[in-house]
Amino acid sequence: MPINAPPPSVRVVTLRIDGLDLSAREDETIIEVCRENKIPIPSLCWMDGLSVVGACRLCMVEVTGQNRLLAACATRVAEGMEVTTDSEKLRRYRRTLVELLFAERNHVCSVCVSNGHCELQWLAEACGVDHVRMPYRNAGYGVDSSHEMFRVDHNRCVLCTRCVRVCDEIEGAHTWDLMGRGSDCQVITDLARPWGESDTCTSCGKCVQVCPTGALVKQGTSVGEMVKDQHFLPILARRRSAR
Amino acid sequence: MTAQAQAATATQASTQPAAGKVKVATIWLDGCSGCHMSFLDMDERLVELAEKIEIVFSPFVDAKTLPSQVDVGIIEGSISNEEDEHKARLFRDRCKLLVSLGDCAVNGNVPAMRNPFKLETVYERAYLENVNVNQQIPTDGVPALLKTVRPVHGVVDVDVFIPGCPPSADTIHTILSDLIEGRTPEPIKVTRFGA
Repeated sequence: MPINAPPPSVRVVTLRIDGLDLSAREDETIIEVCRENKIPIPSLCWMDGLSVVGACRLCMVEVTGQNRLLAACATRVAEGMEVTTDSEKLRRYRRTLVELLFAERNHVCSVCVSNGHCELQWLAEACGVDHVRMPYRNAGYGVDSSHEMFRVDHNRCVLCTRCVRVCDEIEGAHTWDLMGRGSDCQVITDLARPWGESDTCTSCGKCVQVCPTGALVKQGTSVGEMVKDQHFLPILARRRSAR
Repeated sequence: MTAQAQAATATQASTQPAAGKVKVATIWLDGCSGCHMSFLDMDERLVELAEKIEIVFSPFVDAKTLPSQVDVGIIEGSISNEEDEHKARLFRDRCKLLVSLGDCAVNGNVPAMRNPFKLETVYERAYLENVNVNQQIPTDGVPALLKTVRPVHGVVDVDVFIPGCPPSADTIHTILSDLIEGRTPEPIKVTRFGA
């Protein structure tokens, strides 16, 4: 029995995305409809099965009649909506966003355990980032290897907060959270104690699997060896919402 | 003018048949020479390439000075010391088209991993802490390190960026062929950071 069957009270709307006439449930967001219909929109913080934060701004789209860009992950579809997911302006903004992520921390792809399996690397390729036009910040961040199975390298963190949300919403442990503001912002375990000393961490590893970069990884992996498996997430999320 | 437009213009200029072959210069700044090794990995394709290009200055050839007019300049490595900076400027002055080859030239890569640390700390770590015999920070006959390592485009304008550590021989061949034939190369379609 499909556990994600829509309740009968949800209405269906029709909308147009990139010139395609589509129908969708009224409780869906633009990015969900795009993913279902294989319309590519870059995204980083959004993940099927987790709550929406709209933090990365990479999924910004143009909606006719709106004088500003809207995050496709945080905007519900509406009857008659006209959406453009790809334009010169959007490409320019997305490229700049990805470049800023590279300039902010120290993503040295060539020596990263996630090299070749990294969502930030794929985004750079997709957005045409062959170099970063702004100066690098060159600020050093810490690495916490105190957990016996996992490691967090804040130099490679993009603050998508997927780890925070999966730990809270799916595992129910809420080990991860955020600390600090602006460039000092970083993910923390418990009250900014070493991960290995955490009382709440169940060592389930969900945070590692959902992390888009080499920030959260398994111990003992070498360059390019950290391959992540995120298939569990939509399944667990649907089971949880069906309860 | 955008970098790509510049590249296109410069490419057209570089492929004027006046001198017969396209004059290419390459240089190895702060990198591991892996990009130059990858260049050599073009293997037998180097033979056909040699009919179209002339390498006028490079670690591959004996020439000791950079000619005053070069069509394509290829830089491997980041800008880490005063000599690197000087050489990058010289390349920019004398090359119609400047190419950043590999991650060190494009984004600083491993050489730039020292950037979060103070320069004194870096010197101490390299020449005092980890050395048992004859501890000293070299000053004579060596160029002074810059405070921060920069990619080549942090010092001079660059026309074409080829990321990769190193970019594969296929990547170099594709892009070099594009440049020789006067096409505007699209490196991001064939390579990426860390490739």
